[in-house]
Amino acid sequence: MPEPLLHVENLRTYFYTPSGVARSVDGVSFDIGAGETVGVVGESGCGKSVTALSILRLIRPPGRVEPGSQILFRGRDLATLSEKEMRDVRGAQIAMVFQEPMSALNPVFTVGDQVAEVVRIHGSGSRKDAWNRAVEMLETVGIPAAGERAHEYPHQLSGGMRQRIVIAMALVMNPALVVADEPTTALDVTIQAQILELLGGLQKKFGTSILMITHDLGVVAESVSRVIVMYGGEVVEQADVRDLFAHAHHPYTEGLLRAMPHMGQQRERLATIPGTVPPATSWPEGCRFHDRCPYAWERCVREHPPLYQIGVNHVSRCHLAEEPERRVPHEIAAAAGAPV
Amino acid sequence: MAETASVAERRRSFGARFWRAPGARWPALIILAVCLAALAGPALWHESATAQGNLVTMQNRPPSAAHPFGTDEASRDVFARVLLGARVSLSVAALSVLISITIGTLYGLVAGYAGGRVDSALMRLIDAMLSIPRVLLLLAVLALWYPVPVTGLILLLGLTGWFGVSRLVRAEVRVARNRDFISAARALGASHARIMLRHLLPNVLAPVIIAATLGVGNVIVLEAGLSYLGIGVQQPLPSWGSIFLDGSASMATAWWVALFPGLAIVITVLAFNVLGDSLRDLLDPRQVDRQGAPALERPRRKHGPRARA
Repeated sequence: MPEPLLHVENLRTYFYTPSGVARSVDGVSFDIGAGETVGVVGESGCGKSVTALSILRLIRPPGRVEPGSQILFRGRDLATLSEKEMRDVRGAQIAMVFQEPMSALNPVFTVGDQVAEVVRIHGSGSRKDAWNRAVEMLETVGIPAAGERAHEYPHQLSGGMRQRIVIAMALVMNPALVVADEPTTALDVTIQAQILELLGGLQKKFGTSILMITHDLGVVAESVSRVIVMYGGEVVEQADVRDLFAHAHHPYTEGLLRAMPHMGQQRERLATIPGTVPPATSWPEGCRFHDRCPYAWERCVREHPPLYQIGVNHVSRCHLAEEPERRVPHEIAAAAGAPV
Repeated sequence: MAETASVAERRRSFGARFWRAPGARWPALIILAVCLAALAGPALWHESATAQGNLVTMQNRPPSAAHPFGTDEASRDVFARVLLGARVSLSVAALSVLISITIGTLYGLVAGYAGGRVDSALMRLIDAMLSIPRVLLLLAVLALWYPVPVTGLILLLGLTGWFGVSRLVRAEVRVARNRDFISAARALGASHARIMLRHLLPNVLAPVIIAATLGVGNVIVLEAGLSYLGIGVQQPLPSWGSIFLDGSASMATAWWVALFPGLAIVITVLAFNVLGDSLRDLLDPRQVDRQGAPALERPRRKHGPRARA
């Protein structure tokens, strides 16, 4: 197997808050290959965005990436780079697309200026060259009349246009990896599809790898090849996208899939996962999902499950891998008189 | 149409809004007139501001065609002195405000952007400095440094005037630095200096401009006060404060010597204060609606229901 573009090993990002140590990301490992799109899904508060920010080393105090975490990008450990070296990586080799296209753009500069600024940070060309490059990039991301639009301010553009600008800023230096943090969440459904299509097209064109962070499994189904499911600051399941949708193993993944509306679904209430994500300062003992899990038994309270290999490229952090006969919801088990 | 408004149109629209704002036009015109008088006046007016006339016949003469503001005790033309005094008073105020705004803005930028302990330490220092009354500090220093040259006075006024500005800027930066575009700039490789100067500074500039405008008015008064006490601008150079001092002794017999520099101070300071308040209304982003059309561009009140009622 060739060396992956990004290899994250045992990433731990803790926040030292007055109410305790928040272990927001707690031992996350994954790979991203060149040209691959990987999705990270999970509810709010399970560590997706912190993972993304950790890769770019944008965690601010009181948070920090714990020693022992490894983030190998093209074989280079980003954790050991100086701030100066890291700046050369950001934007040029790894770029980020933010969720809110309005607030991710500086209101006092024209959009052309903002794309050109990225070129000027990383390139040595003249102001004029940077501007031309920016206009070219705006055309590439589908801004009509890019030459004139480049002179406009963010507030003069629609939400979808703004997100195209943000994508242009991320892609203008042709980075090897783009981290997209909920790139479509703030947009209308029709615009969402356009933006996903645009990202997919650009990825094919430039061979960029994408780490797509989202809570929307629909986005995952449409755009990624491999899915990482996160819960409680950990990876709880990882599989190829088809495999995951067809054979979800972890009860949390099952719950997420069941909470997704389907075409042709008859007037049926959407399923929900009971409870909420616990605060990162106090993950439950044992399996972190056990208090919300429909199958949990005493082993889950006692023993923190490792990632079990359950298929080709498919891992799951659930004891059901060893005791599959336990996959019986509590209420049915209770009705059958079996011990819980 | 807002969608296709170009940069030039936007710029013009600020100019147009500024011009139409009732409280901005006349103070701006007054300030412009005073600045022109300060720049060109002493060269155009035939009388000298410092040369003494005939001490017997020309002392304390009331206003006349030849001396529109009269003459003072030393037989000098008060109009010429007020013109030159405008140059001195305005340049002292403008330069010292430039110094204090620059220091205060940079200090506030660093404190607000750094946050944490650096911010706490820098701001405690400001708290300490603000607990010293500025006027008393100036009086003490000027008492020791006598006679003070004009450049010294500018430096002293500038170096004692930036504490409030740094607090203002720091507060704005604290809000602005948590906005996504700052994280986005970081994520795209911008350095701390670039983020502070290029991304944060323009976003906190509005309150700085307002503070500078109000600051000029403030410093004109302060300098006039110090000069009136005789420890500011020194003879024979006139400032509005020192001319007022010349006339204050003979207020009953030669009221014109004190009246005209006094009026100049009041009118100019009033203009700066009103302009500052108008700029606050014009530049406050909270008054700008989503299309970017500022509240003031809506139908003017003159034609609104309030005028008709």
